Amino acid sequence: MNLTRAFRDPELARGQLSSIIRSVAGLDRTITLMEVCGTHTMAIYQHGIRALLPPQIRLISGPGCPVCVTPVGYVDHAVALARRPDSVVATFGDMVRVPGSSSSLLREQALGAHIHIVYSPLDAVTYAQAHPEVEVVFLGVGFETTAPTVAGAVVVAQQKQLSNFSVLCSHKTMPGPMAALAGDPELQVDGYLCPAHVSAVIGADAYRPLVDNFHVPCVVTGFEPLDVLQGVAMLVQQVLSGSAKVEIQYSRVVKAAGNQKAQALLQQVFEPCDARWRGIGDLPQSGLRLRPAFAAFDAARKLTVSVEAPRESPGCLCGEILKGKVRPTDCPLFRNLCTPENPVGACMVSSEGTCAAEYKYGS
Amino acid sequence: MTSDIILLGHGSGGTLSHQLLDELIIPLLSGVPSRDQNDAAVLAPVAGRLAFTTDSYVVDPLFFPGGCIGDLAVYGTVNDLAMAGATPLALSVGLILEEGLPVAVLQRVLEAMRDAATAAGVGIVTGDTKVVPRGKADKLFINTAGIGVLEHDLSFSGSGALPGDRVLINGSIGDHGMAVLACREGLELTGDLRSDCAPLHRLVAAMRSAGGAALHVLRDPTRGGVATTLKEICLQSQVDLLLEENALPVRPATAGACALLGLDPLFVANEGKLLACVAPDAVDAVLAAMRSLPEGAESCCIGEVTATGSGRLRLRTAIGGVRAIEMLAGEQLPRIC
Repeated sequence: MNLTRAFRDPELARGQLSSIIRSVAGLDRTITLMEVCGTHTMAIYQHGIRALLPPQIRLISGPGCPVCVTPVGYVDHAVALARRPDSVVATFGDMVRVPGSSSSLLREQALGAHIHIVYSPLDAVTYAQAHPEVEVVFLGVGFETTAPTVAGAVVVAQQKQLSNFSVLCSHKTMPGPMAALAGDPELQVDGYLCPAHVSAVIGADAYRPLVDNFHVPCVVTGFEPLDVLQGVAMLVQQVLSGSAKVEIQYSRVVKAAGNQKAQALLQQVFEPCDARWRGIGDLPQSGLRLRPAFAAFDAARKLTVSVEAPRESPGCLCGEILKGKVRPTDCPLFRNLCTPENPVGACMVSSEGTCAAEYKYGS
Repeated sequence: MTSDIILLGHGSGGTLSHQLLDELIIPLLSGVPSRDQNDAAVLAPVAGRLAFTTDSYVVDPLFFPGGCIGDLAVYGTVNDLAMAGATPLALSVGLILEEGLPVAVLQRVLEAMRDAATAAGVGIVTGDTKVVPRGKADKLFINTAGIGVLEHDLSFSGSGALPGDRVLINGSIGDHGMAVLACREGLELTGDLRSDCAPLHRLVAAMRSAGGAALHVLRDPTRGGVATTLKEICLQSQVDLLLEENALPVRPATAGACALLGLDPLFVANEGKLLACVAPDAVDAVLAAMRSLPEGAESCCIGEVTATGSGRLRLRTAIGGVRAIEMLAGEQLPRIC
């Protein structure tokens, strides 16, 4: 059985599209839908969905690429840690190219720093156990999709009594920034395509306050093209009927209450904290930090390094792009000074970034 | 061999070097007796234009499902010759060994090279061995160069694609890159991930017989994968090309591993695949010839050269959308979520 193909069926896609087109026929306004998650952004570009939709439907990309919303100061901190002679920075691959104020992990690696790309935070724990002579710092970046796996790794490291494993934590949570953007009068988001895998953890009920406070429709949507089309259709129906509720398109994975085991693990290891979002700014209680009981695994507390003062690249519009206010092609740096070979802003670095997607898949 | 590991002395030119050559490398790779060993191999004259190519192999790990660095070093160079339409005649082998390499590992690699050269019907006629101190190289690097002969007047190049040409491939994409990646990173993925490494010169000969001058472009989509190679063809030939996502052959194990890591199989390396641009009226004959050989049994058409143009490569997605495909800046990086 090919599960992927079933969700890319051309006949079903055509049917879904014509029903969307019929539903907005004659409509003389634009319906603006924001896809929050970077994987949605990629899927929409990758399958050429934007061009298939009628002109009344505008899709904008939101702040759901974990690499992109990570502030430049965090990269500088990681670079400073990588320069320590006895440390190994373990990270998911897409962090290594992100430019900091004056360097990146990729550059530090070329200069001799030890950067270890892992596929799971547990791999970093295993590496630390096998290399007691070095301090392994894992870069804890990502939303509720990845944060439970990092929490799990910290718990395992504690069970193994490892003294050479720590996490530089910059986890962020949903739906805080969605509320911030929903209240932004410049944006006028008519509906949210809510993230698929984040919602698998936090549950669709997490979007209820958003719906209640801002009267904005929310549909938790999967990542395959038929998922996205169906999610768009469900949002359009809500917008046209003037309703605002939480619906789950991605019901094969997401439940209203989410994954309670993962939530308990998050609760055990992390506590909410204020967090800085690149492009959006400081949002109260939108980040996660290690609880005091796990302070021994907090790289920021454990390892003293001097970090340069963060400096954003002048002219870079990543901030506005992350808020969905401008498109990559509106940025004067796009394709000129800022390319995947030489990214200026984070949206160009991550494979899930809006600028990278536009560069790679835009016409 | 008196030592079970490679020592610096094995590259010194002294008795240890001779022992390595006479007891391991020469018997496995060429069988030339020491009285006939000279500074250069002398090849018999041949009729036809010559093709000459070289490539270096630094794959990590040395062994992976479906092959090893030794197979790659032979087939990679054989295939580069084949893409020029040449029949491979002779290879050279340069070995760079890291001090401390187990001799048993070297022996396995050399045996694979011997078997690959036999399978490809090409002789290894000259070579060189260096040993570098531990830490100055990663276990074993191989360079091969190859000479081949063109026994015909046809020329294949990336600049030959014409509007109307169909784009053919001889089977599934991305298998080599994903097999090596999964093996290198110790990803415990279920499913049959196997490198596709194989020689392609017989397939090319069959395609040439069937298609003749209608065969416009031949390229092997190694590093950078099918997308990068096709983009290069688009730019070299100044044509626009449209790929059909529904027609792209991707094995379920490869598609699954790619989806898991956030990689696109279109950009993943192949080692036993070729891409051909063929005039439309010869497509059926060329496809039939390809399918008659084991290495071409799964050949199919994946797209079409649509027009002369600025070199745009586009993909019609499974659901009917169209998007551009550009080259990657660097390696594909596994993503966070």
